[in-house]
Amino acid sequence: MNVYEWLQTILFFVLLLALVKPMGTFMAKVFQGERTFLSPVLIPCENLVYRICGVDKDEEMGWQRYAVGLLLFNLASGIALFLILLLQGILPLNPQKFPAFSWHLALNTAISFMTNTNWQAYSGESAASYFTQMVGFAVHNFLSAATGIVVAIAAIRGFVRRRTADLGNVYVDLTRCTLYILLPLSIIFAVFLVSQGSIQNFSAYKTVPLVQETNYDKPKLDDKGNAIKDAKGNPVTENVKVKEVTIPMGPVASQEAIKELGTNGGGFFNANSAHPYENPSPLTNVVEVFLILLIGGSLTYTFGYQAGNPRQGWAILAVMLAILWVAIAVNYGAESGGNPLVAKLGVQSVNLEGKETRFGLAGTSLFTTATTGTSCGAVNAMHDSMTPLGGMVPLALILLSEVVFGGVGTGLYTMVAFVVIAVFVAGLMIGRTPEFLGKKIEVREMWMSIVIVLTSGILVLIFSALALLVPSAVASMANPGAHGLSEVLYAFASMSNNNGSAFAGLNANTVFYNVSGSLAMFLGRFAPILASLAMAGSLAQKKYVPPSLGTLPTDKVPFALWLTLVILIVGALTFFPALSLGPIVEHLIMLGGK
Amino acid sequence: MRELRPALFLFILFTVICGGIYPAIVTGIAYAVFPNQAKGSLIVDKNHREVGSALIGQPFSDSKYFWPRPSAATDFGYNPMGSGGSNSGPTNPDYLKTVADRVKALRDSGVLGPIPADLVQASASGLDPDITPAAARLQIPRVAKARGMAVAEVSRVVNEHLKERQFGFLGEPRVNVLELNLALDAAK
Repeated sequence: MNVYEWLQTILFFVLLLALVKPMGTFMAKVFQGERTFLSPVLIPCENLVYRICGVDKDEEMGWQRYAVGLLLFNLASGIALFLILLLQGILPLNPQKFPAFSWHLALNTAISFMTNTNWQAYSGESAASYFTQMVGFAVHNFLSAATGIVVAIAAIRGFVRRRTADLGNVYVDLTRCTLYILLPLSIIFAVFLVSQGSIQNFSAYKTVPLVQETNYDKPKLDDKGNAIKDAKGNPVTENVKVKEVTIPMGPVASQEAIKELGTNGGGFFNANSAHPYENPSPLTNVVEVFLILLIGGSLTYTFGYQAGNPRQGWAILAVMLAILWVAIAVNYGAESGGNPLVAKLGVQSVNLEGKETRFGLAGTSLFTTATTGTSCGAVNAMHDSMTPLGGMVPLALILLSEVVFGGVGTGLYTMVAFVVIAVFVAGLMIGRTPEFLGKKIEVREMWMSIVIVLTSGILVLIFSALALLVPSAVASMANPGAHGLSEVLYAFASMSNNNGSAFAGLNANTVFYNVSGSLAMFLGRFAPILASLAMAGSLAQKKYVPPSLGTLPTDKVPFALWLTLVILIVGALTFFPALSLGPIVEHLIMLGGK
Repeated sequence: MRELRPALFLFILFTVICGGIYPAIVTGIAYAVFPNQAKGSLIVDKNHREVGSALIGQPFSDSKYFWPRPSAATDFGYNPMGSGGSNSGPTNPDYLKTVADRVKALRDSGVLGPIPADLVQASASGLDPDITPAAARLQIPRVAKARGMAVAEVSRVVNEHLKERQFGFLGEPRVNVLELNLALDAAK
């Protein structure tokens, strides 16, 4: 890295870390119902919401009721989005007259946005109306983010509360999360994004003349819309002159802000955060990364704060940061080293394929690792075109169950499950009682943690293997050989872990990927959520065991190192064979110059 | 099912707040404070005609224009309706041949020495408005010759359009190709 890149990266993390404590404390207060500076304005709004919805805000819920409320809320939103997509053609705010989605694309997209995955098998500017983007997608960006956060809050309460079945009120938590945290930040940052050049309007698409006209070979289509082929089977084309182009418009900034803040990641446009209207400047680039990491990072402090042990929060954050920094270094190193097969042609040795000029390599590495360490999945570069090792970094971050900051909420509760496993295994190895924050870890907690940690891995391997057995699924690969395997592996890793980014060459808009992906996203989201709530329910009922000489300290450096190792070992054991056949083989091929 | 009403009503209420009120507030503020950006940073010529956007690149292949980065947008390069990258993997033979062809085209235009990567590798959005300063300087002799302008004169216009790193350290220095070419057309 040159001096500017170091400066950009270091200042970024200094700023982020400086805000972890105030933001984490603020969130803790919001969920405990304490007064904050927003209370005078928002308490009346909050109470109005409860009155309309028939919610008694002082009513507590056990984990089952909490889970049922959360699932019903998600189900309602998923079904609503499915219907919006199927009825897009007759709904308002559709100046480009986009037709309805096919049933399997609508199913995949609805589940994708409901589960905070935001996997996109369609391309926004040529398929989704403003109504769909705003009332469909943007709403889900808020709701799925809130869902993840409240599960983490319930998980925290499991450790903090003693001898009770109560985990809080799911509707109150969802309401406070949206009104106090997500909406105010989204408004501020959406306006900021507009100031830098993100668009925010409801105009029809603009047609502008080209300075120099261009042309292209357009495939000829028959009456049914199929490509006409000549006697040799090659598509018949005609050369078409292009004198003017159509520039898409829309309410982009309002969606962009919540898409990063809620680690959703679904782009308004096909190019996602690489598109100049979504991410117009180097400043918006680092601010978007900041939004991606802000809530996930701060929740670690919320955790420590509520548990009465802020050091515990910092210890978890340190583990996340350590893995993220290594990931940035490897990705930056691989991409700045370039592609020897291209360098051989007389080109400067750095890989800029699928990257934007304005962000530079450091801005690209920062975004790429942040978006895959969390469950965001927005991209400012095409991961598919990175060098084999550079592209393995985002893939590996997703495969580590997204605990490097993680999705908003999901990152914390998944990390807590890893902590539980680490405490248990360490307890067995050194003969100490497995306990964490004064709560005994027993068989039930271990089962739930295993479900949280291993669900996505099992889904990835099973569905990837299935895809390799289905000829039509193999035909979707855009690149031959080892890279094709990486594309399929990345697709199911992304969907099972609710990330949503892609090795986007893969043609994923087929019945196979849409349906199998829907299943992977649904199970990958709700199995860990239920396990996490069940674990919180059982932990909350336990009594507090004060730390003794036999207690393993979990807020010190040795445990942080141990936790890092457990995360890496679980990831390595699950995925090393698959990664060897994909990115690692391709790396060797690239170096071999074949 | 006593949970049905709160779950359903909460969803409907938040759809109104997050899907209606929120974007309306943002649009209102954006139009009041940053109207030009909110509408797409459109470039208007002296006849008040919209000729493009400062943020969206356009295709150029004529010798008298600075060339932008290759674009993998659908149908044709820099098609704003089909944003996206090539998604070609680094060992894909088709991709390597494409890059080799681009290198040859640059060599044929008289370029010597190592070629800046951005001139032969496609951007992520397919709409990247910028090239690196190195890629711009490399093209100055060709553009000057094609336009019958002095090299120094073209260099001056390029330097006027050089954007430094934001605040001196964010991102990369760059040149906006569309703005540069419009300025050259206006200069002659």
